[in-house]
Amino acid sequence: MPEHTPVLELSHVSVAYRTAAGPVQAVNDVSLVVMPNEIVGLVGESGSGKSTMAYAIMRLLRGNAYVSGGSIRVLGRDVYAMGRQELRKFRWRHMSMVFQSAMSALNPVITVETQLVDTLRSHLPNMSVSEAKDRAANLLELVRIDPVNLKSYPHQLSGGMRQRVVIAIAIALEPELVIMDEPTTALDVVVQRSILDRLQEIQADKRFSVLFISHDFSLVSELSSRMAIMYAGRIVEEAPASSLSSIEGHHPYTEGLLRAIPKLTADEITIKGIKGHPPDLVDLPVGCAFHPRCPRAYEPCRLFRPEILATESGRVECHLFAEKEVL
Amino acid sequence: MRYLLNRFLFLILSLWAAVTINFVLPRMMPGNPAGIMFAKFQGKLTPSAIKALEAAFGFNHKPMIVQYVDYVKGLLTGHWGLSFTYFPTPVTSVIGSSLPWTLGLVGLSTIISVIVGTALGILIAWRRAGLLDSILPTTLMFLQSMPAFWVAFMLVYIFGFMLSWFPMSHAYSDMLTLAPTIPVAFSVLYHAVLPGVTIFLTSLSGWMIGMRNNMINTLGDDYVVFAEAKGVPAKRLMFTYAARNAILPQVTSFAIALGNVVSGSILVEDVFSYPGIGYQLVTAVTNEDYPLIQSTFLIIAAAVLFANFLVDVLLVRLDPRVRTGGAGA
Repeated sequence: MPEHTPVLELSHVSVAYRTAAGPVQAVNDVSLVVMPNEIVGLVGESGSGKSTMAYAIMRLLRGNAYVSGGSIRVLGRDVYAMGRQELRKFRWRHMSMVFQSAMSALNPVITVETQLVDTLRSHLPNMSVSEAKDRAANLLELVRIDPVNLKSYPHQLSGGMRQRVVIAIAIALEPELVIMDEPTTALDVVVQRSILDRLQEIQADKRFSVLFISHDFSLVSELSSRMAIMYAGRIVEEAPASSLSSIEGHHPYTEGLLRAIPKLTADEITIKGIKGHPPDLVDLPVGCAFHPRCPRAYEPCRLFRPEILATESGRVECHLFAEKEVL
Repeated sequence: MRYLLNRFLFLILSLWAAVTINFVLPRMMPGNPAGIMFAKFQGKLTPSAIKALEAAFGFNHKPMIVQYVDYVKGLLTGHWGLSFTYFPTPVTSVIGSSLPWTLGLVGLSTIISVIVGTALGILIAWRRAGLLDSILPTTLMFLQSMPAFWVAFMLVYIFGFMLSWFPMSHAYSDMLTLAPTIPVAFSVLYHAVLPGVTIFLTSLSGWMIGMRNNMINTLGDDYVVFAEAKGVPAKRLMFTYAARNAILPQVTSFAIALGNVVSGSILVEDVFSYPGIGYQLVTAVTNEDYPLIQSTFLIIAAAVLFANFLVDVLLVRLDPRVRTGGAGA
C-alpha cells in the first residue's frame, strides 16, 4: 500500500437512527482521513456520535441505525459496496475494532484460546489448529499475558487482562486499521496506563493506523498525532495534537475542553467546565449546534450553520473564524 | 468436582427431608388405613383381623421415633407397604409396573418437545421477522393455550373415534401379552402416538418462545457482535457463540419440566387410561389407598430432586462459570 493512500477515508458520512418521531441524525456530514501508521484521536462528550461512527465504519450498525449519506472507504474500498462474504473476509483482515465494553466482548462459555483460534482460522482456513494455537500464545505474549491463561475462561481473568485479550484478538490478523472505542474507560488509571504504553509499543512495531475514540481529552492528545473534536454528530474542529497545547486559536468548544483539563503542575489549579448540557439530537439548535453553550456566540451563530473553514494546520466549523478571514 | 459433591450432598439431604415429611404428614391425619379397611368390610372383620391388618400396614403403637426408624428401614429394604386397591400387592410392584410407562411416554415426549422447541427457537430468532417467525409463535401459542386434557379429548375424538387411525386408550393391545417382542414394541409405539402428540403439542411453544427470546437477547450481546466482527462464519456464530449461551436458561427450565414428568401428565394419562403413575395416583386417591398415595408422592419428590441433580451436572458441563461456584477465580 503506497504511503499516500489513506487507510480510512470518511466523506460526508451521516448516520441516523429510525425513531417514532422520524430519523435522528447521530452523525452528521462527517469527513475524516486517517493515513498509514497514523494515530488519529476522535474526542467528544457522551452522545456526540463517536461510537456510532465507529460502528458505522465497521459496518456493524444494528437495529434502527443506518448510514444515511456519504461514503466510507477503507484502503480505498467502499465498505458498504461489499457482499456479505466479502465483508466477512475484509473485516478484521484489514480493519478491526476494540469494543468499548471489552469486559463483555468475550464469549463467557469458551476459552480465551478458542476465541483467538476462531479469529485466526475464520480468515486463514489453511492454518492448522496447532499453528493457530502457537500463534494465539504469541499474541497473548504480545499483549503481556502469560500464555498459561490460554485455557482460562473470560470470568477467570481480571478486567485489564480481558481488555488485553480483546486487543490481542483485534491485532491477530495484523490489520491496517484498528479502531479503539474507549478501550480503557472501564479500567483504573494504573491498568489503563500500562495497556496504553504497550499499545503504543505494538503500534510502533506493527505500524497500523489507529482511530482512537475517547471522551478523555488529555489521554487522546498524548497518544495521537492529529485530533478531531466531535460535537452533536459533527466534527467541529480537526487539528494537530501539538497545536492543542495552547488554548488560543481553537473552536470555542475545543477551548472549553482544554480549559477543563486540570493542570496539576500549575501553582493554582483552576478547572473551568462548559456550561449547559449536550444538545438533544432530536431537537438540535438552529444555526451552530454549540451556540446555546458558547460564551462567544453572536447573531450569525443563532441563524446559520457555520461553513467548514481551513485553518493553518486543520479545519474548524465556526463563524468566529470566518470573521477573522474577513477582517 | 467440589461443586458436584456439594450438589450430591444436597440431593441426599433433600431426599431425607422428603422422606421425613412423607412420614410425618399421614400421622398428623385422623384415623388410620386399618380403620378405613375395617369400615370397607362393614363390621365383618374381627378385632384380631384388625390387629393383623394394622401389623400388615405397619401401624402399631410403638413410640414415634421407633416407627420412624422402622419406616426408613422399610423404605431402604423395599418394604413400602401394601396397596389397598390391589390388596395384597406391595406398593413397590404397583409403582414398578406403572413408573416405566410414565417415564417412557411423558419423559420422551418432553425431551422431544424440548429439543424440537429449542431448535425452532434458535432458527426463528436467527431469521427474526422472517416467515417462520411470524407464523410459528402464534400458532403454537394457540395450541399451548388449550388445556392438555382438552387437546387429548379432541385427538381421541378425531383420530381415535372418527377416523380410527390410532387406538383410544391403554399402552398396548389387549390381544398381546407384555414381552420384549417386535409386535409388542410396535403396539406400544402405536398406542403412545396420541398421548405423546398431546404432550408434545401443548408444551412445544413454551420451549420455542423461551429459546427465541433468550437467543434474541444474546444476539444483541457484545460478544456476539464482536465475534461477527472478527469474521466467525455464520454457523459457528449461531451455535457456539449465540445459542451456546442462550441455552443456559433453557436448561434450568428443563430441570423443572423433568421433575414434572412424573406428576405433570395425570390428566393426559387419565384421558387415555394410560397405565402410568399419574393414572395410578388418580386410582389411589379415589380408593383412599394411603400407602399407594404416599409412595407415589415420594416417587414424585424423588423425581424432582433427581432431575435437579442431573441438570446441575449438565450445567457444569455447559457453563464454566458454574464450576467455580459462581464466586469467580
